[in-house]
Amino acid sequence: MSWTTEQLAGLVEPDRAHRKAYTDPEIFDLEMERIFENTWIYIGHESQVKEPGDYYLAQVGRQPMVMVKDRNSDIQVLYNRCPHRGAQLCTARKGNTGKNFYCSYHAWTFQLDGKLESMPAKQGYDGTNLDFDNPEFHMARPARSDNYRGFWFAKLSEGGPDLRTHLGEAASAFDQLIDRAPGKETEVVGSCFRIVQQSNWKIFLENQLDASHPGVTHESTGKAAQQIQAEMRSNGKEPPLELSFLSDFARIGHDGWTKFGTIGFPNGHSSLEGYMGLRPDDPDTNEYVRRMYDVYGEEKAEEILGINIHHMLIYPCNSVLPPLQQLRTIRPLGPDKTLTEIWHFRLKDAPEEIYRRSLAYYYLVNSPSTLVNADDLFNWWKCQHGLESSAREWVSFHRNAGQDIVDGDKTYSAPDSMSEMPLRHMMHAWKDYMTAGDGAGS
Amino acid sequence: MTESAEKLAAADPNAMADVSIETQLAVERFLYRQVEALDEKLWDDWLAMFSEDGFYWMPSEEDQTEGDGLPNVFWEDQYLMRMRIARNTHPRAHSQAPHNRLCHVVSNVIVESEDANGDIVVRSRFHCAEYLRYEIRNFTGKYRHYLKKTGGGYQIALQRVDLVNREGPYDYVIQWWL
Repeated sequence: MSWTTEQLAGLVEPDRAHRKAYTDPEIFDLEMERIFENTWIYIGHESQVKEPGDYYLAQVGRQPMVMVKDRNSDIQVLYNRCPHRGAQLCTARKGNTGKNFYCSYHAWTFQLDGKLESMPAKQGYDGTNLDFDNPEFHMARPARSDNYRGFWFAKLSEGGPDLRTHLGEAASAFDQLIDRAPGKETEVVGSCFRIVQQSNWKIFLENQLDASHPGVTHESTGKAAQQIQAEMRSNGKEPPLELSFLSDFARIGHDGWTKFGTIGFPNGHSSLEGYMGLRPDDPDTNEYVRRMYDVYGEEKAEEILGINIHHMLIYPCNSVLPPLQQLRTIRPLGPDKTLTEIWHFRLKDAPEEIYRRSLAYYYLVNSPSTLVNADDLFNWWKCQHGLESSAREWVSFHRNAGQDIVDGDKTYSAPDSMSEMPLRHMMHAWKDYMTAGDGAGS
Repeated sequence: MTESAEKLAAADPNAMADVSIETQLAVERFLYRQVEALDEKLWDDWLAMFSEDGFYWMPSEEDQTEGDGLPNVFWEDQYLMRMRIARNTHPRAHSQAPHNRLCHVVSNVIVESEDANGDIVVRSRFHCAEYLRYEIRNFTGKYRHYLKKTGGGYQIALQRVDLVNREGPYDYVIQWWL
């Protein structure tokens, strides 16, 4: 079938969403067109490309993109395809392409800003419609590309808000990744981990702000971490802070997650308040805070450190954990397949131990050997299977439905709840994008 | 730099030592027994094969020469290994229901060096099939072991595991050591 606007709108109700939104291949194609190839999608951070010619591949919806540093040290975002016959120009995920892009098929070359430079036996094009100055023969450019403090995004369709407006208050996630550095800069650590989830991209986003899942899904991890903490203490060793990131799952339990509020922002973005107690009174943390005071002054430093966000979801493609410098971006591959790129950032001039604390989180939670997400991905996989079944048509988002607190353009979860507000909020943004006639989204 | 990572980084990865047939056999037997401990889920045996300060290491980049302080696929000491066992065997570890099964083959065992203490650097190749959720996944790669001679045989000071596809993408995740 092909979906009408009315039918698409009918898939989202105030407290539930239809399973077809997660399983239907045609809906997936429409999502690529109306969401991922329409709104601002994350490409990468400027520190991934340091020298002229450095490039890094990214995917926006179904489109292969490349981020490259040009000869003027400006960053360009281009489509990674040759305008001649369509061949990919860069095949490695990252590298340095030298002074130009070189097509391996017929040796067409392009400047680092995508302009057609040359090809062998050029005279063959004399008297034809091929024109070196015509952008049709350059590497294609997205309708717009822009960055927020070094975090690059592309938007493949014209119209709609600029990047800053699109991000709104969600931009604070990037502010936090930078401002928490005493050196006021951040950079990627190594390359990213890439993990394929056998489930729909929306299930991933929903899980991040789903307060009623951690105590249940991660119970085994929480208990194991408590066991090792006890073992270390009995051996006279103080367990490292990162073990408490995991033992919290058991400590807080199944229903203790009511303390952490969530907020919905315009355009589908949302946030979850922090819970991990990342300012223990230990020498490393105190040294870090001292460096922050030195650079920013006490008042400003406390303002920066006082922002307590665990997750910021930037709809539809990013999950950022600012206090631990992690950023995940999703690249949907199909209705039941989602690639995640998982990045870790280093705060310039922060003490080594502060870096290692967030590296430990990166390892324990986000690496391919994760002791945490193994159970998440498994749940989502099982959800995807279950949603293929027509035994029930609807996914329930009823927890604390009707109790959301709307204040201006923000929506707050009901106090002392594990509200599914963020899930409802995202599905409503989804509906706005999917049904907007001009494709501009909400 | 950790001492054992330094030792591996400094060693010639293409070296081939002229060791006795007894040493060759003892080392091979140790490697076979190690993967058997994984395949048969003999966790106490597995842990006992690592020295107290031993590490299991799977780097995420080809040119990595150190695990400490860098992103890795695995970088685990005895405490983290015990946590992985405790987690994966917990009744509520639902991603281990049903349990996975591993089946390893180790081959191409080449001792690179044997020092005066009898400590060994050895490389080998492995293939591992994992049965998980009714499907088989395959992992292939190279081991490099830095083995310390003990009274009763050897203990692992460092095991480096380089998957041929170490940069990923990983289909799902890896729950047990390979």
